Amino acid sequence: MDLLSASPFLELTLGLYVVGAVGGLAAGRQPSAANVIASGCAALAGVFGILASINVLTGGSGQSPVSFELWSTGVPYLRPSVRLDALAAFFVLIVSFVGLSLSLFSVGYLRSFYGRKNVGLLGAMYNLLLLATTLVFVASNAFFFLVAWEIMALTAYGLVSFEHEKPEARNAGVLYFVMSHIGTGCLILGFLLLFRTTQDYSFESFRTLGQTMSSGERNAAFLLFLVGFGVKAGIVPLHIWLPEAHPVAPSHISALLSGVLIKTGIYGMTRVFFDFLGAPPNWWGVTLLTIGTISALLGVLYALMEHDLKRLLAYHSIENIGIILMGLGASLMFLHSHHPVLAALALIAGLYHTMNHAIFKALLFLGAGAVLHATHTRNMEEMGGLVRRMPRTAVLFLIGAVAISALPPLNGFVSEWLTYQSLLQGFGTTGSLVRAMFPLSGAMLALTGALAAACFVKAFGITFLAQPRSEAAAQAKEVSLSMLAGMGLLAGACIFLGLCPTTFLKVLDPVTQQFTGEQLSAALTVKEGFVLGNTQALGGTVSTLGMVLTALCLLPIPAVLWLCFGRRSSARIGPTWDCGLLGLTPHMEYTATGFSKPIRMIFKALFRPRREVQREYDYSPYFAKTLRFESHIEEAFVSRIYRPLNRGILRLSRRMRALQAGSIQAYLIYIFVTLVLLLLFAL
Amino acid sequence: MTAFLAILLQLVLLLALAPLLSGCIKNWKAKLQNRRGPRPWQPYLDLAKFLRKDMVISEHASWVFRLTPQLLFLSTLLAGLMMPLVSAQAPLSLFGGALALIGLLALGRFFLALAGLDPASAFGGMGSSREMTISAVAEPALVLALFTVAIGAGSTNLSQMVNAAQGPAWKLLNPAHLLAFAALFIVLLAETGRLPVDNPATHLELTMIHEAMILEYSGRYLALVEWSASIKQLVLMALLVNVFFPIGLATALTPQALGISAVWLLAKLLALSAAVVLVETTNAKLRLFRVPDLLSVAFILATLALFSTFLFP
Repeated sequence: MDLLSASPFLELTLGLYVVGAVGGLAAGRQPSAANVIASGCAALAGVFGILASINVLTGGSGQSPVSFELWSTGVPYLRPSVRLDALAAFFVLIVSFVGLSLSLFSVGYLRSFYGRKNVGLLGAMYNLLLLATTLVFVASNAFFFLVAWEIMALTAYGLVSFEHEKPEARNAGVLYFVMSHIGTGCLILGFLLLFRTTQDYSFESFRTLGQTMSSGERNAAFLLFLVGFGVKAGIVPLHIWLPEAHPVAPSHISALLSGVLIKTGIYGMTRVFFDFLGAPPNWWGVTLLTIGTISALLGVLYALMEHDLKRLLAYHSIENIGIILMGLGASLMFLHSHHPVLAALALIAGLYHTMNHAIFKALLFLGAGAVLHATHTRNMEEMGGLVRRMPRTAVLFLIGAVAISALPPLNGFVSEWLTYQSLLQGFGTTGSLVRAMFPLSGAMLALTGALAAACFVKAFGITFLAQPRSEAAAQAKEVSLSMLAGMGLLAGACIFLGLCPTTFLKVLDPVTQQFTGEQLSAALTVKEGFVLGNTQALGGTVSTLGMVLTALCLLPIPAVLWLCFGRRSSARIGPTWDCGLLGLTPHMEYTATGFSKPIRMIFKALFRPRREVQREYDYSPYFAKTLRFESHIEEAFVSRIYRPLNRGILRLSRRMRALQAGSIQAYLIYIFVTLVLLLLFAL
Repeated sequence: MTAFLAILLQLVLLLALAPLLSGCIKNWKAKLQNRRGPRPWQPYLDLAKFLRKDMVISEHASWVFRLTPQLLFLSTLLAGLMMPLVSAQAPLSLFGGALALIGLLALGRFFLALAGLDPASAFGGMGSSREMTISAVAEPALVLALFTVAIGAGSTNLSQMVNAAQGPAWKLLNPAHLLAFAALFIVLLAETGRLPVDNPATHLELTMIHEAMILEYSGRYLALVEWSASIKQLVLMALLVNVFFPIGLATALTPQALGISAVWLLAKLLALSAAVVLVETTNAKLRLFRVPDLLSVAFILATLALFSTFLFP
């Protein structure tokens, strides 16, 4: 394919997002027109974005990446330059594909907003967010990058508090706003630090930093960028905004925030740590691996405690970011110990999981959105029985649930398999005790995976199976075709990425070539692409496609057994065993809270659950008239770190209030003193 | 053709041997408790009976409930085909090793837990909740112990692990392997629903874990679920005996070698079953919230196994 054609595709993508944003606003009075314009433009832009990135990723390694300036400014440093290299193209592929599916979904989903909210504004902000996110990935100038970053953060803030009549949306919006700007502050400091060495803001100049920057400055830059991008990615302990902000947005926006937006943090870390800062010291990788392991484990543990479907999914984003960081951290460690093949393998594992998470998380959020659309609640305790009322949504949600639980044969399994393989092989790369980290974090990854499976048994089982627990759930209707199509596209991608990993791995070749100098897709492909290897001759292999085909061949066994033995047996429908009582009611079903109770008890040192039971009775406490039970879990990070910090800041502000007394003479003195101090400092 | 025959042979072995193993354990347990107990081949008769019986399916159950028995059966068989039983070369070792085996067993469990919730019964939900909890807590010990062995063998492929175990570098009394074996033995008890974690013979719903989850199954679905459970038990026991005691495993595909290997396999499995029976008879069931303590012992054993590779390389 001709590489040059990527550039017009990219321009078209960006242009269409602008058209979608402006058109959506202009048509704000007619919701259906605004919906069609905004969703249509975003979908088309997604198609062109996919074409542009595929063009770059399959263009071979010999060609130089697309780079151009959007327009020419006379301002020094602020140059809107754009560069679509392999890494940027990979992330543009993610945002474009997910954006395409979300736009399909939103055509049907936005109908519930007609007459209630300004659909044109929502569509415009949606397009603007996609535009800003794409620009973050392709910007190749620190100044321009930060501008795109801020547009993205502010638009996301607007979308999080879009349903601003709800106080939770307003509070979540403010929390997101504050946290996001702490991150941006760190990023600005980080880029200024880089600027000190290069005297230029272009990413091109940053690429040679490794040789010229002192190691102290590089370490400082690493920490600043880790915090800056970490806030956006939602690593523990900087994650507290994520489970508040993601669930309150409209569902397709939640999918975009959780599936794609947090990946800008991953993109930033990959860009800075692999591309700019030069040869990494060992502790960078160790830090990332540790943070990744902790985030994965805590993310899934807190997810298990949720009975709000969308909050549960938001916590799982923290878990999956952790898994991605495990791959990136291991890759940095291998780069340090000069094992480029292993570094490439770990990087592939991390990036593959980035792609996978974007897809299944978007699918699950859309599924949750469909359920919310049909039942008007996010509380799982009021759902149930939806598999009969929304059969197609149920199948699609189940595909996402199996994928995120890392079960074969879907995509989550493949990327976690690659992560395991890189961790295992990492054991031999060093003689120091640090190597014990690899299998230990592998074991923690296993615990994470098993807990995620438990969590999605709960999420699917309580939401979709058994009897409806409320009138709303009993009255639920299947959602419209456009919403199903959006989810179907993502579910198809889950299956494709699960069954044909070797086909997809070729896309990652230019990325690993860029950072480690190795291309692994050929080495990872065994038996004409049927089997996925781990680059070693006698190492582990896996073939999800082979499993599925063998299972299909084994399918006759149960059939033959039934034909031989059970020809005369019949099946009849009867009531569930109720111990001889008068029938089961939905109140007797297991609840989401009950389901996760054993985990809550096992990890109670972490959760510190608070429970209150109030009984009202006339004669004896054994015959209560009413019973009120309340259970609450607060994150240790909020109660132990953020709340004291918050109180400290408020106390300090109160002290500072004395300075701002309202007397103009006092202010003049401040200015005078500052001026004198500055003059002294300058001398 | 050989590959096809190998798959066929292993399938027959898995399907035929698994009920016998469950039967023997039941029989011996009864003997140790001064009861006559069911005959060792009773599970075959049970399976045949279940297959012939009519089914009652809950009115609340959906397609998930009907799909699960087949899916569980197939995924367990697939996992079994990745395990070297009589030949060191497992028939499907190319399609996956230790990680795929764990993944496939987890897939079956995932759907079984969903099927437990499906008929809207509190017992099923309770079983699902407990099963998923215990398997989650058992998982790190299982994976870490397997990783310790896999690191020594340089591969997660089970056939490669067994081959490495047959090589000269293998030391049976290597502390790492002994500790990993101990960890995996505890995990085996938890994963197959044995005392002191779960009581396979209980008749009280509130104390059940696995049995509570499958309470609503009957007829041929129950046959498949029960059969899968015993195949899973066979696969996990074979994992322990063949990776840690690879004596007698056939390296060539000749009838003679395979025959000897089959006899060895049976002997090793029966020995391990005897150990399981002894543990089951001498221990009382633990309270549910004491089970994590037992499993964290397994995890610590696995961690020690890992660190002992530093001391005794």
